[in-house]
Amino acid sequence: MSNFSIDIQNINKSYEKTTALKNINLSVNKGELFGLVGPDGAGKTSLIRILTSLVLPDSGQAFVDGFDVVKDYKKIRQNVGYMPGKFSLYMDLTVLENLNFFATIFGTTIEENYELVKPIYSQIESFKHRKAGALSGGMKQKLALSCALIHKPTVLFLDEPTTGVDAVSRVEFWGMLKDLKSKGISILVSTPYMDEAELCDRVALMQSGEIMQINSPQQIVNDFSHTLWQLKSDNLYKTLQSLRNWDKTHSAHAFGQSVHFVANSSKITSSEIKEYMEEAGLENIEISGIKASIEDCFMELMTNNPTN
Amino acid sequence: MNQSINIIEVEGLSKKFGDFYANDNLNFVVKQGEIFGFLGANGAGKTTAIRILCGLSKPTSGKIKVANFDVYKQTEEIKKNIGYMSQKFSLYEDLTVEENIEFYGGIYGLKRKVLKEKTNELLKKLKLEDKRAKLIKEIPLGWKQRLAFSIAIIHEPKIVFLDEPTGGVDPVTRRHFWDLIYEAAQEGITIFVTTHYMDEAEYCDRVSIMVAGKIIALDTPDGLKKTYKSQNMNEVFLQLARTEE
Amino acid sequence: MKAFKGFVIKEFYHIFRDSRSLLILFGIPIAQVILFGYIITTEISDANIAILDHSKDAVTREIIQKTLSSGFFKLAATIERESEIDAIFRKGIAKEVLIFEPDFEEKLNKGESPSIQIIADASDANTANLLVSYASAIIQNYNREQMQSRGVPMQIEARIRMYYNPELKGVYFFVPGIMAVILMLISAMMTSVSIAREKEMGNMEILLVSPLKPIQIIIGKLMPYFLLSFINAVSVLSLGYIVFGVPVNGSIVLLLAESMLFITLALSLGLLISSIAESQQVAMFISMLGLMLPTILLSGFIYPIENMPMWLQYICHIMPPKYFIIIVKDIMLKGVGLEYLWPETLILTGMTLFLIVVASKKFKTRLA
Repeated sequence: MSNFSIDIQNINKSYEKTTALKNINLSVNKGELFGLVGPDGAGKTSLIRILTSLVLPDSGQAFVDGFDVVKDYKKIRQNVGYMPGKFSLYMDLTVLENLNFFATIFGTTIEENYELVKPIYSQIESFKHRKAGALSGGMKQKLALSCALIHKPTVLFLDEPTTGVDAVSRVEFWGMLKDLKSKGISILVSTPYMDEAELCDRVALMQSGEIMQINSPQQIVNDFSHTLWQLKSDNLYKTLQSLRNWDKTHSAHAFGQSVHFVANSSKITSSEIKEYMEEAGLENIEISGIKASIEDCFMELMTNNPTN
Repeated sequence: MNQSINIIEVEGLSKKFGDFYANDNLNFVVKQGEIFGFLGANGAGKTTAIRILCGLSKPTSGKIKVANFDVYKQTEEIKKNIGYMSQKFSLYEDLTVEENIEFYGGIYGLKRKVLKEKTNELLKKLKLEDKRAKLIKEIPLGWKQRLAFSIAIIHEPKIVFLDEPTGGVDPVTRRHFWDLIYEAAQEGITIFVTTHYMDEAEYCDRVSIMVAGKIIALDTPDGLKKTYKSQNMNEVFLQLARTEE
Repeated sequence: MKAFKGFVIKEFYHIFRDSRSLLILFGIPIAQVILFGYIITTEISDANIAILDHSKDAVTREIIQKTLSSGFFKLAATIERESEIDAIFRKGIAKEVLIFEPDFEEKLNKGESPSIQIIADASDANTANLLVSYASAIIQNYNREQMQSRGVPMQIEARIRMYYNPELKGVYFFVPGIMAVILMLISAMMTSVSIAREKEMGNMEILLVSPLKPIQIIIGKLMPYFLLSFINAVSVLSLGYIVFGVPVNGSIVLLLAESMLFITLALSLGLLISSIAESQQVAMFISMLGLMLPTILLSGFIYPIENMPMWLQYICHIMPPKYFIIIVKDIMLKGVGLEYLWPETLILTGMTLFLIVVASKKFKTRLA
């Protein structure tokens, strides 16, 4: 058996006209927190569904915990935990009834694995007789995670667990994932939020069914090969407009109240940029060199592989 | 752009459901042409407030004017002067791009000729000219969002309400969307936007943060960052939303 | 096994927490039986008839008087010519016309068989059917009475339809039909909707990615509805008996066994529907149009199959409720047993097996 918790080799998948996954190769180590990062339509859900044996790949092989996702799907279904994009709780059942139900269908009891879910479940336990439908978004998310964990899975698949959830609940949720990782559970999580990539051990940046890059977030950021400038002025929109019309511009993207700028030559100096901006009639100009974020890297990768 | 006219005036807005205050004494003003970020955790009461401002629901108390119309009595006038777009698209998936534009233009009573012109103009701006006969379900999410926004302002409203408009798209597409927002703001349309992306909050001229039915902070993004000694809006938001939990 | 039990318990939670489905489950059967029962019994009292008596003798007068005093009919017009019938119906004066042939008594005395022609306004096929049966039953009664008093066999000829319903109660016909409709509704619609709900809410994904076997999911879904449908079958029968006095002349055990067979068939239909339908609405829609309407219209429940055009009759032959209604009618009213009903039972069994196999094959162990 391999050392990988998840091992994916040359997976392809199409639905009618659209290609969902193009030649995907990746492996997740035991006890790793691995992120699939990309927008809607990148192929994250398709990949997770193949790994949870819900969908058959057109070609290629994949193993979860050493089991083939096609041939050994029954084994996989006993060993993995899965939290789909929709929280998949029974809204007319209470918190406790939901948890109990998922425990029994996996042939276990809440008591047996209480230790594992306790840190998460204890936060909503005081509402255990409340119907799941009456919980807030953050609490639903916690209940869904408890349900996915109640049979003590070896690998946990989470499909966009933080989409549509507010920033506070998102931070809490990632804290919980860290705890689970420390208990030796391998986790594959997908997210459209670029900033969440930094919370994973390694990530695959995905776009239009392809993996653009796999690495640790740290390494991805370090590999950013350009000089990145942060530009500020009195008018963000005008700054963007004027930079886009400049022949020395490689890319210019709005980031909060500033513009992240990459020139098409590494020799450019800050005074050159300032001069251009002043000519464009901008005031209160501030220029500084900064370190790239995952989002910068993602956009850079997108400009290099224009799939759209 | 005229930033001196108040386009939304809210004084003491409260909305009660039974014993529960969904909105508790909100006070704020939005200027014409401003991009106003309306942030808050899930269940903080954002949706309730937006429904009131759109004339879909009556407040329990408070003095509220939208585009200088009273939300108690002049809801019809308000509806004529606002646009609305939410993450759950209002576009019809089984109609074509052009049919959707014509349908919504028709709702707002645009004349046949004006509508034709507007449609062409809009398709050109969005670079969708060769896609005009495509069904909505066949075009990518990012285009749908941009189209939905353009349709929301096709009748040249004074204010457009955007309820989490950019979920699920890649960072480049998201920025294309914001380009449209800036352009509309430059033309004097007031933008009232909710979002879960904190970096988007930084694109706003001013941002309000709502916790448990109350607005607990309202300032420019820079002002907020200074006040709460934070690097970015995410930190500001976490500090504020946490203290009240 | 424990997992399976947990699944069934969860299903019951769903059913009992949803007031809408509870209403469908228990409200509709009761409402239907009572509604149909009363509509039928009230409509048939005092129906307007017209009489064309070509002979006007003692016998025809006696028969007319019997008919009018039965409480079912009211004299609306007396006419003299056949040509007036058309107008009578068109103006809605009467729903039925009785025509006595000339020299009625004379023929009777000569030992011939004089005839009474019964013409009904068939624009309401169901009522017409009942009215005709009522009138012919009255004539038959007269025949029998006369035979007893005179000791001579009387041969007044009329088309008689209601051999097995001598007390002339319409609701007798309806109990079997209502049973078919209700069992179809509860079993097929409720299962298909509840499975579609799991898909719609995304729960099916998790169930599939669990050690539960598909067959456990299927049976876990079907069992609660099987039980509830069975309770419904019993309650329809009891209601019919208590409120309207509809008897079960044959074996109750056989009747219940046949009901279980039909419930199983309906459940597999529901399962089949749910394998096509991705949302609750679609499941509801298909069940309504695809099952409910045919059960009501094409099973012989309301409209007699023999009055339909040929091509529609062929379609009726593949409608399971048709056979179920025959079985229930025969057991309840004729009191016959399996020795007469084996062909219908066999057909139903065959259909059930076929549907179970197709539905199980169609039930996917994966998504899409």
